Amino acid sequence: MGSKDQTPGPERARLNRELAQMLKGGVIMDVTTPEQARIAEDAGAVAVMALERIPADIRAAGGVSRMSDPAMIEGIQKAVSIPVMAKCRIGHIAEARILQAIDIDYIDESEVLSPADDVYHIDKTKFAVPFVCGARNLGEALRRIAEGASMIRTKGEPGTGDVVQAVHHMRQMQTEIGRLVALRTDQLFEAAKHLEVPYDLVLYVHQNGKLPVVNFAAGGVATPADAALMMGLGAEGVFVGSGIFKSGDPAKRAAAIVGATTNWQDPERLAYLSRDLGEAMVGINKDEIQILMAERGQ
Amino acid sequence: MATAVLALQGAFVEHKRKLDQLGEPWFEIREKGDLDRDFDRLVLPGGESTTQGRLLRQEGLLEPLRQRIAAGLPVLATCAGLILLAARIQDQVEDGVARTEVRPERHLGTLDVTVVRNAYGRQLGSFRTQAELRGVGQVGMTFIRAPYISEVGPRARTLATVEGRVVAVRQGVQLALSFHPELEDDLRIHQLFCRL
Repeated sequence: MGSKDQTPGPERARLNRELAQMLKGGVIMDVTTPEQARIAEDAGAVAVMALERIPADIRAAGGVSRMSDPAMIEGIQKAVSIPVMAKCRIGHIAEARILQAIDIDYIDESEVLSPADDVYHIDKTKFAVPFVCGARNLGEALRRIAEGASMIRTKGEPGTGDVVQAVHHMRQMQTEIGRLVALRTDQLFEAAKHLEVPYDLVLYVHQNGKLPVVNFAAGGVATPADAALMMGLGAEGVFVGSGIFKSGDPAKRAAAIVGATTNWQDPERLAYLSRDLGEAMVGINKDEIQILMAERGQ
Repeated sequence: MATAVLALQGAFVEHKRKLDQLGEPWFEIREKGDLDRDFDRLVLPGGESTTQGRLLRQEGLLEPLRQRIAAGLPVLATCAGLILLAARIQDQVEDGVARTEVRPERHLGTLDVTVVRNAYGRQLGSFRTQAELRGVGQVGMTFIRAPYISEVGPRARTLATVEGRVVAVRQGVQLALSFHPELEDDLRIHQLFCRL
């Protein structure tokens, strides 16, 4: 244990993309305490995102939002057997190194926190630990993959309980993927120029009709129906941030969202799972908010 | 007849692709109604065992599948699938191994082994290697936050070891692996399964 080769490189990158493959069809939940982490695990979460404040509270508090205290993250690592993820600020190489040093399973270089660098993202190819990054469109997704991200999620608009932005971003990505598939191969160079991404990634999407890494939905998912909607639009799994622990009955809602992510094609199961969940998180829509987190890091 | 692929969560698409390459028909199991279809073998894919276990119970699949496996249904179980099949489960904790947990009501529990969950540590402990699998030969083995088998009961036999740890076993027609043959460019293990 721990004696394995942990140098960054193609072998590590492959193992990191493969961990994301194991998370497919699952729900990753934001948690702020070991107790919440246990509730999430018991409800069937495939991983938890350890953070001090969920996006809705980050929004409410305002100010600068940073990586969580490592002691807090370690408390959650001890509480559960499922993978534990944590967020660092966009471009904050030192925060990412700290998270790697505490043996985190996945780093989310996240627009939910205040960006540390207004130009550059982290060169993720220099890390052994895997990264997930947010994207609003195919260009952003492929740029993050070129930088070494081994998993992508839509940005959505975090902490709002409003799914419209996640839907917009997922549809945008799928539309652009469809467009690349339909092009002649001699048009791909021009497409790469327009998308501002490397040619080989454009070629991969053209040939395979999908991103070269797993693609989850995130940002505003609050109900089992929201999760089913995102799966139907092509998401391979979902992140739920504020939607669970800002609701009336977190354990029940969490289990229902897990069930809905598996049986998203079955309306009768969804009707059953959506019953008597108590109060959903109070939503705000994006026209009512001051900070658009999705604008961060393009 | 067809192979049923448990599709509650995880890397089940990768197994379906292998079965396609072998020309084997398959369908997905996501809820109890799916069990009414005819199948003569079962794939338990990689993923998160706690998630899959929870959904097996929630969807009422656990008991019917346990009875089918106990009655001789051939099974290929990879990583999380191995944990679901194991009769005894241990958790890896910071210093050594935690107590053995025997909770047959939570898992399938038809395979006479003890598995250690997250035995190689967190994601930084994930690795890839080559080793001999009895009856198949040298195969590539990818271990992702993988379990290993700490004890093989009298009804099961060891098929492969890596660094002295048991990573593959067979008991009758149950074939269970710590690693992920569905991630390799190699059909031999799925071929073996389809002949069970």
